[in-house]
Amino acid sequence: MKTANEFALPNATPEGWLPLLELAVREVFEIMLGCKLELQSEPTLNSGEITAMVGLAGQLCGLLTLRCGTQSAALMAGKMLGMDVKQADGQMWDALGEIANMVAGNFKNKLTGMGDKCMLSVPTVITGSDYNCRSMADTGPLELTFVFEGAPLVVAVEIHS
Amino acid sequence: MAWLGFAKLARPALCSLPAASGHVAAEIMDNVRALIVDDSSVMRKIVERSIRQAGINLAEVKEAANGAEGLGVLKDGAVDLILCDINMPVMDGIEFLRQLQSVDSAKGVPVVMITTEGSESHVVQALSMGARGYIRKPFTPEQVKEHVVPLLEGKK
Repeated sequence: MKTANEFALPNATPEGWLPLLELAVREVFEIMLGCKLELQSEPTLNSGEITAMVGLAGQLCGLLTLRCGTQSAALMAGKMLGMDVKQADGQMWDALGEIANMVAGNFKNKLTGMGDKCMLSVPTVITGSDYNCRSMADTGPLELTFVFEGAPLVVAVEIHS
Repeated sequence: MAWLGFAKLARPALCSLPAASGHVAAEIMDNVRALIVDDSSVMRKIVERSIRQAGINLAEVKEAANGAEGLGVLKDGAVDLILCDINMPVMDGIEFLRQLQSVDSAKGVPVVMITTEGSESHVVQALSMGARGYIRKPFTPEQVKEHVVPLLEGKK
C-alpha cells in the first residue's frame, strides 16, 4: 500500500508540503475573509491565546492547529460575517474552528490522492496559552507563521505516518 | 474585504438570466424557503448571505446544526431548497441524505452539499444519495449562485 508521502508526489516529504499548506491557508483567508496574509519569516514565541484543532485520520494521520490572539479571532469572525468586531465577538470560537476546518480540508485536498484517504474530525477550539499538546506525531510540525492584521497567526500540521 | 465581492453580486442575479425566462425566473427566485444544515452557526450565516447575494429572495430560512435536527425541521414544514454540510456530529450529511429519501415533504427538493470534504468519492456518494449539487469550502458567492439558481429554475 502506498504511503501518504508517495501519494503526495512530487512534494514527497512532509517538508515539501509546506508550500501547499501555505497556499491552503492563503486561499481560505482570501476567499472567506477577503484578506491577504503575509508570511512571517521568523517563528513567533507568543503562540496565541486561542487554538483551533482539526484531527486528520486515515492514510494521513495527524493534527492541524491554528493559533492566534483573541482579538485576531474576533476580527476573523467579523470579517467572515461582514459585521463589526464587537458584534462578532461571541462567534470567534465557531469562526476559528470553521477556518481551521477549511484549511485542513483545503490542505488535504491539495495532496495528490489524499482527498479520499484522509478524513477530518469536527474542530475543537480551546482558549488559554499555558498548555502542552502531546501528539502522536513522529515528525516535527510543519509550521507557518503569518501576519494577520498586524498580529501573528500560527498554522501547524503534525503528521503521524 | 471579503464581502465587497458579495456586494458586487447584490444586484438582482436575474440580470444574468436569458430575457425570455425573466418572468418565470423572478417567480422562482421569490419567497424561497431554505433549510441550512451545518454545525457551525457562522457558516450557516455565511451560506444564507451567499444565497441572498445570489439574488434569491428568501422568505424563510430554517437552520439545523446536524442531520437529525434537519430532519426534525422538515417535519414542521416543507422547504424549497436544502444546503447541507457533510462533517457534522450526531448525524452527518450523507446519512441525512439517506434518511431524506423517505421524507415525503422533501421529495423533489434540491439538496446542495457545501463541505470541506471535496474528494471525488464524497461527491459521487453524495450525488448517488440524491444531492443535486456540490460546493467545496472555501467557496465564493458566485459558486453558490452557479449551483443553486439552475436548480431552482429546474424545480419550476
